[in-house]
Amino acid sequence: MKVPVRITVNGRRFEHEVEPRLLLAHYIRDLGGLTGTKVGCDTSQCGSCTVLIDGVSAKSCTTLAVQADGANVTTIEGLADGDALHPLQESFWDRHGLQCGFCTPGMILAAYELLRTNASPSDAEIRHGLEGNLCRCTGYQNIVRAVRDAAAQMAAADQ
Amino acid sequence: MSSRIFGSRIRRREDPRLITGSAVYTGDIELPGMVHAAMLRCGHAHARITRIATEQAEAAPGVVAVYTGVDTDGVLQPMPCAWLLPDAELKIAPYPCIAKDVVRYTGDVVAVVVAESAHEAYDALDLIEVDYEPLPAVIDPEEAARAGAPELHAKDINGDDISGNQAFHWTVAGGGDVELAFAEAEADGVVIKERILQQRLIPNAMETRGAVAQYNRATGELTLWNTTQNPHILRFLCSVVTGVPEDKLRVIAPEVGGGFGSKIAAYPADFVTVFCAMRLGRPVKWIESRSENYQATTHGRDHVQDVELAATKDGRITGLRCTVYAGMGAYLSTAAPGIPTILHGLMLSGCYTIPALKEDVYGVYTNGVPVEAYRGAGRPEATFILERLVDMLANRLGMDPADVRIKNFIPKFDDGHEVVTTLNYDSGDYPGALSKLLEHTGYRALRERQRAGPSNGKYMGLGLTSYVEICGLGPSQVAGAIGFQGGLWESAIVRFHPTGKVHVFIGASPHGQGEETTFAQIVASEIGVDVADVKIFHGDTDSTPMGWGTYGSRTTAVGGAALALAVRKIRDKAKVVAAHLLEASVEDMDYEDGKFFVKGSPDRAKTIQDVALMANVAWTLPEGVEAGLEATTFYDPPNFVFPYGAHLAVVEVDARTGHVELTGYTALDDCGPQINPTIVEGQVHGGVVQGVGQALWEGAAYDESGQLVTGSMLDYALPRADQLPDLDVISTVTPSPHHPLGVKGVGEAGTIASTAAVYNAVMDALRPLGVTRVDMPLTPERVWRAIQEAQGS
Repeated sequence: MKVPVRITVNGRRFEHEVEPRLLLAHYIRDLGGLTGTKVGCDTSQCGSCTVLIDGVSAKSCTTLAVQADGANVTTIEGLADGDALHPLQESFWDRHGLQCGFCTPGMILAAYELLRTNASPSDAEIRHGLEGNLCRCTGYQNIVRAVRDAAAQMAAADQ
Repeated sequence: MSSRIFGSRIRRREDPRLITGSAVYTGDIELPGMVHAAMLRCGHAHARITRIATEQAEAAPGVVAVYTGVDTDGVLQPMPCAWLLPDAELKIAPYPCIAKDVVRYTGDVVAVVVAESAHEAYDALDLIEVDYEPLPAVIDPEEAARAGAPELHAKDINGDDISGNQAFHWTVAGGGDVELAFAEAEADGVVIKERILQQRLIPNAMETRGAVAQYNRATGELTLWNTTQNPHILRFLCSVVTGVPEDKLRVIAPEVGGGFGSKIAAYPADFVTVFCAMRLGRPVKWIESRSENYQATTHGRDHVQDVELAATKDGRITGLRCTVYAGMGAYLSTAAPGIPTILHGLMLSGCYTIPALKEDVYGVYTNGVPVEAYRGAGRPEATFILERLVDMLANRLGMDPADVRIKNFIPKFDDGHEVVTTLNYDSGDYPGALSKLLEHTGYRALRERQRAGPSNGKYMGLGLTSYVEICGLGPSQVAGAIGFQGGLWESAIVRFHPTGKVHVFIGASPHGQGEETTFAQIVASEIGVDVADVKIFHGDTDSTPMGWGTYGSRTTAVGGAALALAVRKIRDKAKVVAAHLLEASVEDMDYEDGKFFVKGSPDRAKTIQDVALMANVAWTLPEGVEAGLEATTFYDPPNFVFPYGAHLAVVEVDARTGHVELTGYTALDDCGPQINPTIVEGQVHGGVVQGVGQALWEGAAYDESGQLVTGSMLDYALPRADQLPDLDVISTVTPSPHHPLGVKGVGEAGTIASTAAVYNAVMDALRPLGVTRVDMPLTPERVWRAIQEAQGS
């Protein structure tokens, strides 16, 4: 049995017939052709698959595609504004907030959610906010710095 | 080195593709007509296969083929072990790509399904019927070596008996009579004894392993995309196992999402994927699930160590004696025998003058996942022994741990120092490193604060590590002598295009460490071009020269040296061409920052770009000079490099709950001149946290039947952002005297140092409570129980 879904990914509208068990992560990667969203585990622990569903972060490996029917999904590919990187992308680059890059798309989108709900987090709040995303390369230190920087830049841009 | 670019904190050049989701990892590769493979893993730690039925799976929707060991037997050669440790009675057990008769760990492949989609392949796995006759299993390496333990293998690949599960017995001994040293210490000194369990760790690169194989039946050419740290070695091993000649085999390591040693080995599943592609004539993709990664991708450590230190009553070390049972898992992985021996035993004297030393290492087959290099690979296990024993010696004698270290350090040296294990360290100032660390952290004041006693049930502890590591592997002659089945040199090709842009083709294969940036910095600093004008090619065996892989902190140290020397060759040729263009003699030419000029007349100059253009169009070149501006270098290091440092961990242990909080951490590392300090610091951060993970949280656990019970990220405790303090990272700079750039390597330093530092800190905190040892990881439960036991309740 297949069911129809309409999902808008990064502003582009898709219509597919999918198996109800299809995970949103696989939908985005296999049917959307957007491979920036990574699958790093099978127990919803690593957070590499984090995307935004209607502006709110979600682990796309534990969301069914059918649950996102009618939603607007933003992946790492849709975060920049044209050629202008999002402040979080810039700050991850500036602060060496990534090494192998595999956790990075999910980490950046989790940080996006963090700053959406807390525009000026303390380091402890950043660490707490990102504890659902695993990184094996950076020891998290430069990720914390990157998020702190991005928060400051976004606050300055808002004024 | 002329330019400021060497040592500058430029942003990484690999990042734009990584932060925008446009990087291509193995799992992102799509090919026309591609099908998907799923491996059926046995799920038993030890069992005899009595029947396999695949008919139902073959008939399942989307299934293209199902293969078992019957199909691959004789077609795929057994998995090779590539580190043939000499003088160690090495017994290599047969390691088939697909198990046909007996399975020896839960990740053994027994069948593969190929289907039109990955979902269909995984669905069909459930339809394969396998009957097993379970056999007794053994996981603990010391237990496996005991008489009466379940035996995994009867014969090795040469038909010789394997007894007591012993894969090898390797010994290192050096200096004076170690038995005498201990006899003397027993009589009139101190002997410290300890049992250390270096628990099994699971590397957990965030990208799991995977392979895509494409075979062209018409040409006989095979392309294998793989999540490997060493594509050229994989090409060689793939050729051996699959029979595809090396010239028709292309291995590509695309973007690789971390490795930490777990992507060094060649794996059965890679070659099974190749087998499927060759049988079917269609591209085949296999991507490991995380559960599979836990049960089939190599683990690290797994040592049972009995260690003893002899010393005088005033704290001078006189001898070290160790017996180690090193779990190898069910089969010998590609480089496994060298890890607990060469990379461990030869570093056992560390930063100290140790007059007599002996270590016996027993490599033991167990029903666990094969054990391989894991960040640090042998050196963390050596550092831990020494640093723990030194702290215990300090406690016994009532000395400060820092003072015992200072008393036993090898004095500062800058051009070679032979240690008791016969290694010749290149340069180091261990007393200097520790003294800078103590001063920077206010160590003596922290001790004062500690003396004030616990506050609110929380006990403060300080833990030091002084370490030296062996990196930059290594001289190929030594590689041969120690049984490594390959060379350890690196090569680079540097090519200038007519517009002065540069292509670098390099054998090394970075996978997150940032060498696309640091290599470009080397080129820019050596010949004055802009970093943006240098493109680094790596990871494709068709376009890059031979390389021996990225592991052992060797890529910048060895590959970087090859690159620097290639650029220097270009500079030499460019000088000749520039002299010709300026109608000057070569002897009168000078070079600075990308310009060749006549001595004393800086205006009479040609830039490297001028020279690149003329060399490429070749309208006028000096007599006997070939067209083009290109150089190739093979750099075989004359010696290893020996980075070192000193770390301090500060913890607070809550005696009521056993909870350990790492409240502060300072790392001082000396990896020689730093090409990009931001990247160096990033390596230290990640390395330290992996080592902290071992001390406090991580550990592979098996049940009695040999089932891995920490088989997912839910059950295996990886470090998380909110468990860690901000790390303080500082450095000293001691160039390697034998290296063209003086650089040493820093990828593993943090991990080598931090486990012992954190462990020592926790034990330091627990001293007033009477606790002297707790097995790692130091979870709240274990710490709490140890406190209860020591308090007699």
